This record gives sequence, structure tokens and C-alpha cells, in this order.
Amino acid sequence: MIDPTAVATPAKRDAEARSGPAVAFDSAAVRLGGRTIWSDVSVTVGEADFVAVLGPNGAGKSTLIKVILGLLPLAAGNASVLGRPPGDSKGRIGYLPQRRSFDTGTRIRGVDLVQLGLDGARWGIPLPGAPSRRRDAARVHEVIELVGATGYARQPIGELSGGEQQRLLIAQALVRRPKLLLLDEPLDSLDLSNQAAVAALIRRICEEEQVAVLLVAHDINPILGYLDRVIYLAGGGAIEGSPEDVITSRTLSRLYGAPIEVLRASDGRLVVVGQPEAPFVHGDRHG
Amino acid sequence: MVEAAIFQGLSWNPVTDLRELFTYPFMVNALEAGTIVAVMAGVTGWFMVLRRQTFAGHTLSVIAFPGAAAASLAGMPLAVGYFGFCGLGALALAGIAGSRRSLSAESAAIGSLQALALALGFLFVNLYHGVLNGVDSLLFGTFLGITSGQVAVLLVVATAAVSLVAIAARPLFFASVDAEVARAGGVPVRLLGFGFLLVLGLSVAETSQITGALLVFALLVTPAATAHQLTPRPLLGIALSISLALAVTWLGLALAYFSIYPVGFYITSLSFGVYVLVRGGRALRSRRRATAGLALEAA
Repeated sequence: MIDPTAVATPAKRDAEARSGPAVAFDSAAVRLGGRTIWSDVSVTVGEADFVAVLGPNGAGKSTLIKVILGLLPLAAGNASVLGRPPGDSKGRIGYLPQRRSFDTGTRIRGVDLVQLGLDGARWGIPLPGAPSRRRDAARVHEVIELVGATGYARQPIGELSGGEQQRLLIAQALVRRPKLLLLDEPLDSLDLSNQAAVAALIRRICEEEQVAVLLVAHDINPILGYLDRVIYLAGGGAIEGSPEDVITSRTLSRLYGAPIEVLRASDGRLVVVGQPEAPFVHGDRHG
Repeated sequence: MVEAAIFQGLSWNPVTDLRELFTYPFMVNALEAGTIVAVMAGVTGWFMVLRRQTFAGHTLSVIAFPGAAAASLAGMPLAVGYFGFCGLGALALAGIAGSRRSLSAESAAIGSLQALALALGFLFVNLYHGVLNGVDSLLFGTFLGITSGQVAVLLVVATAAVSLVAIAARPLFFASVDAEVARAGGVPVRLLGFGFLLVLGLSVAETSQITGALLVFALLVTPAATAHQLTPRPLLGIALSISLALAVTWLGLALAYFSIYPVGFYITSLSFGVYVLVRGGRALRSRRRATAGLALEAA
């Protein structure tokens, strides 16, 4: 008898390739200007995982994003992004850089900004009425609806609130149906209620669109309830795991190499105490 | 002298007046040149205002002045000086922008370049020290004596520049409003910035030949700024910017033909007038909306 499960059909192989990790680092290290930012980092982000990247200032959170985008090379170790070397899958990654907001004088509509995410890199002028143009417009409409920005997408983006701008920027990052979404501190400039709303939106997108999300955050609390895993960068290394496993006094103390205490407030909020700030900050203050 | 021949005033019969505008070949040339320049300035101006490079554009126009003065000193056609100097100016500005300094250091460097350009222009005019009445038209424009050869050159340059902008329209728009994401998406942001400055240099060199070096803004900035005020939609905005530039150029040329005042004055005043009207209208509308909102809240 032939065991049917032993035969790997091409379709099955494809399915296996697709269900591989979105990001996999193996003993990776990055050096910038002679300084090692982090080393021996081995992390895996599964397909459709919602992962937060946490850690103190200067720990190399944005550096991690840049390595995944292929903008920075690794000094050691290996990295694969969507099954390929970093930088090889630009079209399948949605990226939202840090601290982007548009001042009130910006006379660009949200819908045009989202459209640029789709065709902004294409040369030439599309013929009016071409089928591709209609398809693009339909996709833009769809993704704006997904983030709940339909009501204000046709207003100049400079006149919108921070939360509304952030939703449109997420729509822009999503418009090409990426398999991996990299969001660098998207909650930074938002008030608390907007932080929770945007975190819930990202969770929903993660499930409905089957996209892996890597979100750099300053504060874990607004996103804690929505996360699958966290990557905690500190002390030149990284720890990856579920939030309950990583955000503990024992794990963080080991990572920092210094006593750290994690306190849980009665409302579920986490407070990390004893976190050493980057030493040059003190130097600056005294000098 | 043509100037004596044309100043006949209006007959107040629109048909006769309009027909008279097209009687003289120099006037037909002026209208053709004005049309070409207005279309080009409308397109590049819209992107210039979007990219907040108005100061760079102004510097290019100031650089056009020593260009023209140097050309007359060397006995060459003015267009050679305009295009040569504006091209070099664009290279210098791209170098300044490419050195990735802070924004204030960049504008200071551009300002120093501008002062040098003016000083050079003044020097060339002094060295020329023959007929000085040419300075007026170098700075403030003239529509007399444009030959059909010049019109042909303008047409070729404008077609090239507008086609370049059209081909790069979407990546240029992306790089202008959202440089970091555009770069991550594979758009050559720095190359586009450099290419745009070159096209802007061409535009300024062309526009200078109608409005003069100092009044380039009347066609390059004001219609584009008005269009940005009127609509945030990119295609509609560019179309409006071209239409406004065309309207003020045609009207300005016609008014200058029937009066003794220079064309640069009319084009500048007309575009400024439209800009003020639009800004005022928008301010009024947002105030009315605010009061309506307050009334709604009170009710």
C-alpha cells in the first residue's frame, strides 16, 4: 500500500511554503558605525501573528524593522523574510515609518495617499477608463472601508486628527495585500482611546487579511490584550515569546542583566521597574 | 519702432480689438510663446509648490538674470544664457539638497547662492555698459521682438519638460508627499529630486523670457498656489494651475498691447488678484462653516 500522506503534491508543497514563518532570524547581529546594536538574535514571526517589538530607547527596535526591509545588512547570522532574503519581497511588505503626521497645510486627500501605496512606484500616466485603473480604485475603496476611514478619506489629510491620519496610513500600507505589515510606533502620537481603537483594528486586519504584523511600541499596555507574541529587545539581545512569558521579572532581569521588577496593577496594566535607561542620556544631562 | 505703432488704445469693439491683437506677427509670436510658457509653468509650478521648493525656484529665477546678462555681454542669444545658467543653478541646488543638511542650513545655502547670482548679474550688466535699457526687460520681461525661431525653441523645451514630468508624475507625487514610504517601495527619491530641479530650471529659463527674471513667480508660483488652494485633487489641481496661468498670460498680453504699461505688471497683478480672491473666499467659507457649526451646537 502506498501511504497517501507521504506523497507531497505541488499544491501541498505550496501550502507548506505559504505557512512558513513570515520572519525568521537565526543568531543575527547588526553593527552600526562600529557599535553592535544587538547580536545572537533568533526570533520567528509566524504567518498572521500579531507581534509587538518592545524595549527601551536605543535598543534597536527600528533597526530590526530596517533589517527586515533589507535597508540594513546583517553583520552575522541569517535572516529570511517571507521565505526569501531581506529586501527580496518589497511588494509583499507593507511599511509604516515612525512619527509621520501631516501638518494642517497639507492639501492632499487621504484617498490619493492610499492610492500612492498601490501605484506610486509606477511610471507613466494611466489611461482614463482603463480596466486596471478601475480595479485600483475598487481596491483603494475596499481598504479604506476596512480601516473605517470612508467618511473622511476625501478630505485633505492635514485637516484630520492623528487617529484618522493613522488609519489612512495603515490603509496605505495594506493596499497591496502584503503578507507582512511593519508598523513603527503607530500608536505614538495618539491619545489613549485612539490607541486602543487602532490596536483593535490591527488585530482585526491581522485575522481577516491573514497578514503577519510586527508592531514597534513604546508601551505594551494599549496592545496587551490583542497580541500573540512579543519580541523584547534590551541589553544587546532579544527574547521572544508570549507576553505572559516574556514580561516577567525573571525573564527581563536575565535580558537586562540587572534586577528588573514587573508589577501588575489591579486593572491589568504592566509596569516595568528598574529599567536602566541608555547611559548616554545621563551623560547628556550632566554634560 | 513697434512700440509707437501698437499704442492705439482700445476701439471698444471686442471683435475689432481681438482681430487687431492677431494682426502683427510679433504679437502672434508673443501669444504663442506665452501659451507654451504658461502650460509648462502651470505643470512644474504645481509640483514645485507641492514640494515646498518655492525658494529654490525663486533662486533659479534670480540665476536666470546673470545668465541673460552674460549672454548679451558675449553677444549670444539670450536663451543660451537663460538655459545655461538655470541648468547650472539646478545642479548647484541639487548638490545643496543632496548634502542632507538640516532644512535651515539648506535655505541659508540657497540664499547665499541667490546673492551671488544677483551680484554676478549686476557685474555683467556693468561690463556691458553700452545700452542699459535692456536690463529692464531682463528683470521684468517684455513681449516685443520674440521671433518665430524662439517660439520653436520654447516649444521643443516645453514639450520635453512636460513629457518628463508626465512620465514621472506618480513616483514624483509619491516622493514629494511621502518620501520615506516611497523609498521603501522602490521609488528613486533622490534621483527624482535632482531631475525635478533640472526641469524646474528649464521652466524658469523659459518663463524668464516672457515675464523677466524677477517676475517668474507670477506664472510659476501664483497660479499653482491658487490651484492648491482650490482643490486637493492632483489631476484637477494641475489642470486648474495650467488654466489659470494661461488666462493671466493671455489677458496680460492683451492688456499690455492696448496700454503703455509693461506685460510683467499685468500678468503679476492678475495672478495676484486671483490668488487673493481665492484665499479670501476660502477664509470666508471656513468662517461661515464655523459659525454654522456654533449655531448648530447652540440649537
